[in-house]
Amino acid sequence: MSNKLITGNDAIVAGALDAGAEIMFGYPITPASEILHNWVKECGKNKKIQCLQTEDEIAAGFAVLGAVLGGKKAFTASAGPGHILLQDALAMAENLRLPFVGIMMQRGGPSTGTVSFGQQEVNLAIHGGNGDGLRIVYSASSILELYTLTIKAFDSAWRYRFPTIMLGDGYLGKMATTLDLPKPLHPVIAKPILPGRTTPVFLRNCYSNETELNGHLNNNIRDWRDNFARMAESEIYGVKTPKVLIIAHGIVAAAAKDAIDVLRKEKVSLGLFRPITLNPFDHPSLLRAVKNATRVLIFESSLDQLSYIVKYNLSGSKIRIIENAKPALAFTAGEIVTTVRKEIND
Amino acid sequence: MIEIMPKCWNKATKPDLFCPGCGHGIVLKHLGYAIDTMEIRDKVTLGIDIGCSLLAWNFFNFDTVQTHHGRTAPTMLGYKRAQPERIALAYMGDGGAYAIGLQSILHAAMRNEPITIIVVNNENYAMTGGQASPTTETGTITITTPLGKAKDSVGGLKGPELVRMMADKNAYVARTTMANPIVMQNMIKKAIKTQAETNNFAFLEILSICPTNWRTNAKESLHRVVEMEKHYPLGEFLKEDK
Repeated sequence: MSNKLITGNDAIVAGALDAGAEIMFGYPITPASEILHNWVKECGKNKKIQCLQTEDEIAAGFAVLGAVLGGKKAFTASAGPGHILLQDALAMAENLRLPFVGIMMQRGGPSTGTVSFGQQEVNLAIHGGNGDGLRIVYSASSILELYTLTIKAFDSAWRYRFPTIMLGDGYLGKMATTLDLPKPLHPVIAKPILPGRTTPVFLRNCYSNETELNGHLNNNIRDWRDNFARMAESEIYGVKTPKVLIIAHGIVAAAAKDAIDVLRKEKVSLGLFRPITLNPFDHPSLLRAVKNATRVLIFESSLDQLSYIVKYNLSGSKIRIIENAKPALAFTAGEIVTTVRKEIND
Repeated sequence: MIEIMPKCWNKATKPDLFCPGCGHGIVLKHLGYAIDTMEIRDKVTLGIDIGCSLLAWNFFNFDTVQTHHGRTAPTMLGYKRAQPERIALAYMGDGGAYAIGLQSILHAAMRNEPITIIVVNNENYAMTGGQASPTTETGTITITTPLGKAKDSVGGLKGPELVRMMADKNAYVARTTMANPIVMQNMIKKAIKTQAETNNFAFLEILSICPTNWRTNAKESLHRVVEMEKHYPLGEFLKEDK
């Protein structure tokens, strides 16, 4: 194990480098700014990679699209209000199937909110555009995962050609740990989308009639569904098919794991379902996990943004669902332990 | 008629979709001639904006991407950074350049991004029905200024003059008119050469006509575009030494 402390935002930059990213466009915003700072530092060491601090997140988003059209793995990093402005470019990426990669370090919202923590950008990441939400959305729950999911974000974006977002948060981005980073084996290869060959490529996102657009969208939806099993990911922690199932994502899921470790000694039939991709949502694994469950406890630092997804996927089930929503506020393991004990003793 | 088309035009998409008498056809024809004579068809990538310019999404025989409104400059400068050997053209109207996309235009100029921006100025948002734009001159009646456009501090935004203040001294900044196609073609070539040969930013505004929304016939359209030169002077704008 390395003795060097690395922060979450450091791990993201390491992940982008190991994924083969060559260019970042960004605009400063807390708690994501260190990603830009560190990338600038890396540019000083390696002349093959580039960085541009743009005039706003809108320009950053579209410059990412331009660079991916030119065949470079490009990305941006932002949060909250910047994540909103990036939706303009994300909508174009969704329509044209461009491998946009965005690292969004969630902060409290709405509006400027706080600069530290929240999980209120789930709906924005998935459904922030004027489309149907064909974006791959990862939620990282540890510093290690900020690294591995950054690599995976590039991989999935270029492999499946859907815009890809990795959600983190200010706590994860700014905390530090010692860590050995596993190098990726085979990062995906990027090729120019507008290569300038004899047969021209024409990309448009404006259609003259509804039938034509619907046909185009149906092709995208078919690709989305065909690749579902390869894209959707989740983790089960604790008992595989427990009586009481916790559902949480991101750093809240990390607290839930600690809670499960505490309650394990009390012989509670307890497990955690943690969606690694919030979109597409790994509902087959969820349905397996709830097989013996009488109760589902959802913990999230937003108002029912995760619950809506879970409830939709459990519709028709008679399992009691208890929502624990604290917008813009984190959970401790102790709090989750108390909530679970109360639930079991009720 | 087919033989007078520029060689780099995509013949399969002609006749084009622009309104009869539209200025875009003349501008795009001379852009095509410029690309033919410079023999750069295989080096050019075109980005087009939202508005009437979007109708050019498959107009030429080279890679083209249609972006969002006002986002063509950042898209093409991102492309250029990824593909520095290619020639990146950003083609847009006065709404995309001077209203929703102005921030990106000015910063691209300030950073001397090596891209070529061509702005077709017909003094209105033509695709959406002829609303007033930043370049609509004082007193002009449009669907959103039925009593005549209110006086503003400049009487119609002067893009090249504004860009000149922000741009590097080696950048090419100019205004021309489709009413004089030979001069226009020459200036298009200069704007492309600035990027291709000296790796500097180039910005060319072209005064153009919109018979559909201006409600003008051919003669009146030509008259109005010549009248525009009183407020929008033609020529190349050079950086004054300080």
